[in-house]
Amino acid sequence: MSGKKFDFKKLLKGDFSTYLMVIVFYIILQTMSVSGGLSSLFKGMLVPLCIYSIMALSLNLTVGIMGELSLGHAGFMCVGAFAGATFSQLTRDAISVDLLRFILAILVGAAAAALFGFIIGIPVLRLKGDYLAIVTLAFGEIIKNVINVIYLGVDDNGLHLSIKDEAALNLSENGRVIIKGAQGITGTPKNSTFTIGIVLLLITLVIVLNLVHSRSGRAIMAIRDNRIAAESIGINVTKYKMMAFVISASLAGVAGVLYSHNLSSLLAQPKNFGYNMSIMILVYVVLGGIGNMRGSIIAAMLLTALPELLRGFSDYRMLVYAIVLILMMLFNWAPACLEFRERYSLKRMFAGKKAKEAQ
Amino acid sequence: MKMFKKVLSLALAGAMVLSLAACGGKDSGSSDGGDAAETFKIGSIGPATGAYAIYGLGVKNGAQIAVDEINEAGGINGYKVEFKFEDDEVDNEKSVNAYNTLKDWGMQILAGTVTSGCCTAVGAETANDNMFQITPSGSSTDSIDGRDNVFQVCFTDPNQGIASAQYIGEHGLASKVAAIYDSSDVYSSGIYAKFKEEAKNQPFEIVAEGSFTGDNKTDFSVPLQQAKDAGAELVFLPIYYQEAALILAQADSMGYDPTFFGCDGMDGILGVENFDTSLAEGLMLLTPFAADAEDEMTQKFVETYKKNNNDETPNQFAADAYDAIYAIKAAIEEADVKPSDSVSDICDAMKAAMVKINVKGLTSDEGGMTWSETGEVSKAPKAVVIQDGKYVSAQ
Repeated sequence: MSGKKFDFKKLLKGDFSTYLMVIVFYIILQTMSVSGGLSSLFKGMLVPLCIYSIMALSLNLTVGIMGELSLGHAGFMCVGAFAGATFSQLTRDAISVDLLRFILAILVGAAAAALFGFIIGIPVLRLKGDYLAIVTLAFGEIIKNVINVIYLGVDDNGLHLSIKDEAALNLSENGRVIIKGAQGITGTPKNSTFTIGIVLLLITLVIVLNLVHSRSGRAIMAIRDNRIAAESIGINVTKYKMMAFVISASLAGVAGVLYSHNLSSLLAQPKNFGYNMSIMILVYVVLGGIGNMRGSIIAAMLLTALPELLRGFSDYRMLVYAIVLILMMLFNWAPACLEFRERYSLKRMFAGKKAKEAQ
Repeated sequence: MKMFKKVLSLALAGAMVLSLAACGGKDSGSSDGGDAAETFKIGSIGPATGAYAIYGLGVKNGAQIAVDEINEAGGINGYKVEFKFEDDEVDNEKSVNAYNTLKDWGMQILAGTVTSGCCTAVGAETANDNMFQITPSGSSTDSIDGRDNVFQVCFTDPNQGIASAQYIGEHGLASKVAAIYDSSDVYSSGIYAKFKEEAKNQPFEIVAEGSFTGDNKTDFSVPLQQAKDAGAELVFLPIYYQEAALILAQADSMGYDPTFFGCDGMDGILGVENFDTSLAEGLMLLTPFAADAEDEMTQKFVETYKKNNNDETPNQFAADAYDAIYAIKAAIEEADVKPSDSVSDICDAMKAAMVKINVKGLTSDEGGMTWSETGEVSKAPKAVVIQDGKYVSAQ
């Protein structure tokens, strides 16, 4: 009994240090930002750092906790981004309080992404095997192309939707086009701030970590570890998988809303919502450690900031970036490196000291 | 193990904070201490890597030539000009990062960005900072809409579409026209939408339209076959040259030989590797710059460009950038600003000056270029036709 209690405490301590890390990060950067010690480049990157950290956490829930591969996470981000931006555009005049409108936009984006996660999950999560990876991969590509042909306008008669062109919307005089096909959404209010980003990151952390430690989370992990055993003790496999996946998708949607309210021009391009971005987020998760939330945040922040910090190398920065990626991978996973880390690990040094003190 | 990770994470976080501090330290000297800087710092942003690098590099090299010339001639109002180019990989987010990097460098005027989407994203930032911006080639109307600090050297997409349709109609190039465009691209779909609108007023009809997306741009046999079956005599290609090169090759292999007509994105097609330039024979494009033009200005520019860049022929983007720098020069002279003025003051003065100046450049005819308050340029459109593997002005 007492042993169990001790474990619980340790777990909380581990979580607490993650929250602490984010808060300290916020306090340091915010102080620097206010006191003018931060370069414009970094000021501009604060929100993207939060966005990609949320994305990494969200994907880690699918990959690390649920044990399924999602190769289309950028697709959920895309859905959230467009849903949130559309909402903000529609209610620009109706809701004059920026913060309120932004919070509602975040909820709308999260709901839209969750809906798509649910639709995808219904058939796929019932299957065994790597089907989720295949379907999400297709989803990510499809959603980007679908958004590129959507034209959405609004006038006094309500919303007009077309997949042909702007003229087919038949807008009245005072109507305006919101989604302009490939030209995307322009003029989304710039509501994303570092503070909101960090708050969302903390909320994401609370959701994910609490889910992991909850009864449901243990059921999800039991399914990951041994599906047959989990089924045999009466765990509803589809339900729990669905729960994890929908939460993961909605969090990606939140990151999307943050993204769309950070740039004034939102386009669905291969660069920002394509396959490469999905893989990039997977790289954050893998390098940060699968199932390790704190690692995901650190990896996402480092790897987002790195290409920009390397601008000094000009055209060689891609090369340097690739080398850093390989080195990080080796450091994290190569057997020789693991052994080296084990031998010279500070933990062991501390443990050794403690043992000596005890003697 | 866990402890080690903790320590590592702390160390990494520490390293990051330190590097931030370093960045911050460097920056505060140059951006606030404007009076110390006795040069105009002009920045530019565009793709220097990836598929569209040819545009970004064109702008970079073209602008550099203009800057070198100005410095050699004693600068603007006696102040030298510094120029710096940052890569954005045609990504909005990267573009804003590049803009912020340039701001840290102390940029006072932005001669960018190269592509339309990025220009819209960065334009919001420059409008916020009230920094003067002139884009050589960001042709979308969204780039200048509602922002009085952003000006364009190139035609807007709608104008290109309208001008193309009018050119085809007025010169009686064809009565049946087909079009193939990239529906996932801002530039391409923007031009085509207006082309289609204007086509209704012109003596030709659009008999076939094919579209493709950025993910699927290698096989064009279906739209080409459609165009062929519909008997189109001219195929309008408001797309970038990479795909156009494939379309030309595929049309040739299926024995279809209409006139092809493109816009400024077509410029560069002769530089595609392993492309049989004889296929481009007779291709027409609406672009403001032809490297073969006889006038002294163009010839001098082409010569310098070739000398600096391994004998490469400059494209229209290089010419636009060259003109952008001279437009900045003219506006600075008109507004009589000094490098020691604040970014916002420079912008306000130049905005007012911009509508008064007339710049005769590589991309304009004798009439020169003038700007309206909205940021749109007005100059005479030019068409170019490819003959014997060279761009020749079609007059």
